[in-house]
Amino acid sequence: MRDLRDAGHLLRLVAVFAVIFAAFLVVRAVLVPKGFGRYGHYRSEALAEIASRPIAYAGHQACENCHSDIVEVKSKGKHKSVNCESCHGPLAKHVDDPASVQPAKLDTTSLCPRCHTANAAKPKNFPQVSPEDHSGGVPCDTCHRPHSPVIEEAEAKP
Amino acid sequence: MTMTRRHFLVLTAAAAAAWDSILAGTPEAAPSYNASQHWYGMLINIEECIGCGSCVRGCQQENGVPDGYFRTWVERYHVADWTVESPTVDSPDGGKHGFPELKEPGGKNFFVPKLCNHCADSPCTQVCPVGATFVSPDGAVLIDSNYCLGCRYCIQACPYGCRFLNPNTNTAEKCTVCYHRITKGLTTACCENCPTGARQLVDFKNPKDPIHDFLKTHSVQVLKPYMATRAKVYYYDLDGSVR
Amino acid sequence: MHVPVEGFMYPNEVELQWSVLIVLYPFITGLVAGAFILASLERVFRVEAVKPTYRLALLTALAFLIVAPLPLQLHLGRPERSFEMYLTPHRSSAMAMFGFVYLWYLMGVLVVEIWLEYRRDIVQWAQSKTGLSKWLYKALTLGSYNVSERALKIDDHVGWIITVIGIPSAFLLHGYVGFIFGSVKANPWWSTPLMPVVFLFSAMVSGIAVVMLLYMLTCRLRRQPIDMRCVDTIAMYLFYTFLIDFTLEMVDLIHRIYEADESFRSLDFMVHTKLYFSQIMLQIGMGTITPLVLLAITQLMWLPETWRKYIYSSAGVLTLIGIFAMRWNVVIGGQLFSKSFLGYTTYKMGFVTREGLLPAIVLSLLPFAILYVLVKVLPPWHEDAALPEAAHGD
Repeated sequence: MRDLRDAGHLLRLVAVFAVIFAAFLVVRAVLVPKGFGRYGHYRSEALAEIASRPIAYAGHQACENCHSDIVEVKSKGKHKSVNCESCHGPLAKHVDDPASVQPAKLDTTSLCPRCHTANAAKPKNFPQVSPEDHSGGVPCDTCHRPHSPVIEEAEAKP
Repeated sequence: MTMTRRHFLVLTAAAAAAWDSILAGTPEAAPSYNASQHWYGMLINIEECIGCGSCVRGCQQENGVPDGYFRTWVERYHVADWTVESPTVDSPDGGKHGFPELKEPGGKNFFVPKLCNHCADSPCTQVCPVGATFVSPDGAVLIDSNYCLGCRYCIQACPYGCRFLNPNTNTAEKCTVCYHRITKGLTTACCENCPTGARQLVDFKNPKDPIHDFLKTHSVQVLKPYMATRAKVYYYDLDGSVR
Repeated sequence: MHVPVEGFMYPNEVELQWSVLIVLYPFITGLVAGAFILASLERVFRVEAVKPTYRLALLTALAFLIVAPLPLQLHLGRPERSFEMYLTPHRSSAMAMFGFVYLWYLMGVLVVEIWLEYRRDIVQWAQSKTGLSKWLYKALTLGSYNVSERALKIDDHVGWIITVIGIPSAFLLHGYVGFIFGSVKANPWWSTPLMPVVFLFSAMVSGIAVVMLLYMLTCRLRRQPIDMRCVDTIAMYLFYTFLIDFTLEMVDLIHRIYEADESFRSLDFMVHTKLYFSQIMLQIGMGTITPLVLLAITQLMWLPETWRKYIYSSAGVLTLIGIFAMRWNVVIGGQLFSKSFLGYTTYKMGFVTREGLLPAIVLSLLPFAILYVLVKVLPPWHEDAALPEAAHGD
């Protein structure tokens, strides 16, 4: 470009773009979250945010710390590996405040069939019945003790 | 080890105080948690799954999953004959309330629980335009819901259908392998609720993890291995008909 | 909202994620890219015959480009966070390119080229007009009133360079959209290396068609004779570009049918049932074969002027319908089948919802409204500007 004055308008255009670009860089420096990129292409603050979500299920260890008598009974029966909250529902609030937060009383008529209703897709050796045929609608805990469900002859209720 | 009630109540008080500080917004995992010492996955044992849906319900309770969307779900397969090409599959409400009895008798029938596979080479992470979804240092694929735009590209990119858009937050959502639980030494809600132990959390970096032995001695598969996502959810007894 | 499902779909797949707005977006950027390529025919490849459409093509590209981000904004779950793509673009994501490619193409290519093309007129209008428009033109001059022969020669030269850069930029602007779909290994309807190429050629076809139609329409509205040499040339380029586009799509189709991988049976069934109307009848039948045949007739034999005008107009309209249908079939079609290959869902398009048909219609009409304003501010026709014709690249 021999005559720069004839390209003056182009320089003005470039100047406009340069100003816009500089403004963008400033805005970017302000707005990008501080922890971004520390461990990878994400906000490192997110890890802590996700990890701090409150818990609903306390986990069987927490139950077993208090209810060791139930653990005794359960550990000898078929429900040994069934965790407490699997039937009793989420109880972290009860662990936090055992006195005022009480677990709801369970209705075995609806609870037990969830696992034990017969279904052709269930493993063959899994204990499953048709609730109607098996008990005619009578609550399961009429005959079975949920924490140790197999009925031994000596314990069979009349 | 036996513990008296009084002994425990003292401990509970201490734990509650610690818990409070965790909940009260000092967003920390348990103070001794070091992410680089862990690498999470899951083992699902098809042989043990009874399709009760406890995992689906437990996940919903633990994570506030909206109705009609699923962070985990159970599918039922009915393979009428020897061909693996045309199973009949159903998943009524994700299996949340179990399954009705099968209409067609006979054949091979089984349940397949599914969830995010927390892929080490995650295609959903690759396509996120802003870095709102990522693989954590301990192997969980997570979503930063304060950063997600809701563009849904990640939902399209997941080969397993495990992502959805949460209609309340308008951001993408999926299984977090209960990150808020595992960083405190608990297991995931689905594993906690599974009555048969069909679902087990695995920590590949923990030499004392009991599942390592199982993985070393049994045939295991991942879903859609040809997608080469390095999925970390392993299935035992997975039939060839499973999609 | 209950969505009817046939067969089995993964529970989270039942609801479609990308709506008609995501169909509209590649259609719009396709028109931009195609219109620009037509403009470059004259500027770079010295195809004199299409010169009457040069400025119109640039303004058309600009009008559509301004509207292009709007369907995306409406679609986002959190549109207020869209600027994050400028703050922390994820380099492995094709979608992250959007912000920068768009901005580059808008500012670095299109706006600069239009400014350079119109600069002499802008200076003249800044000095001759009165009232509010005087200030508008004064602002557009950026304070420089230099329209000496040397300055204009520099403009011409720089404009040529911008157009040359603009051609691959236009390819990038639309090609990356094809890559967004083509690189998703989870979706066999989308995943093919041909996707960016097919998108690009169909974009060129749609862009050429829209400029041709707009030129013919604006001539009618202004009661000016249509330059038939111009329109004949455009139609010829449309025909050959369309042939290439059609060939590419057929190659993809034949390849799928021949290889018949695990997805084939499910996709084949979908095309013959759920996509029968939009793919077989609209896209292929009405939208590709018919305009190709019509244009082939004009290429193979001489027809009187009136006949040619009617054929070009109908072929142009059918082409636009066909290319829109192609976008629909890719975007919506890719979400109608289950990734388990065991079932299908249905697309429930709302009407007065954020991503419904009404916003889609409004966004389709908006570029024409913008074009109307642009044509008033920067008239493409020299007789309106009352200036002698500038010589380009002689």
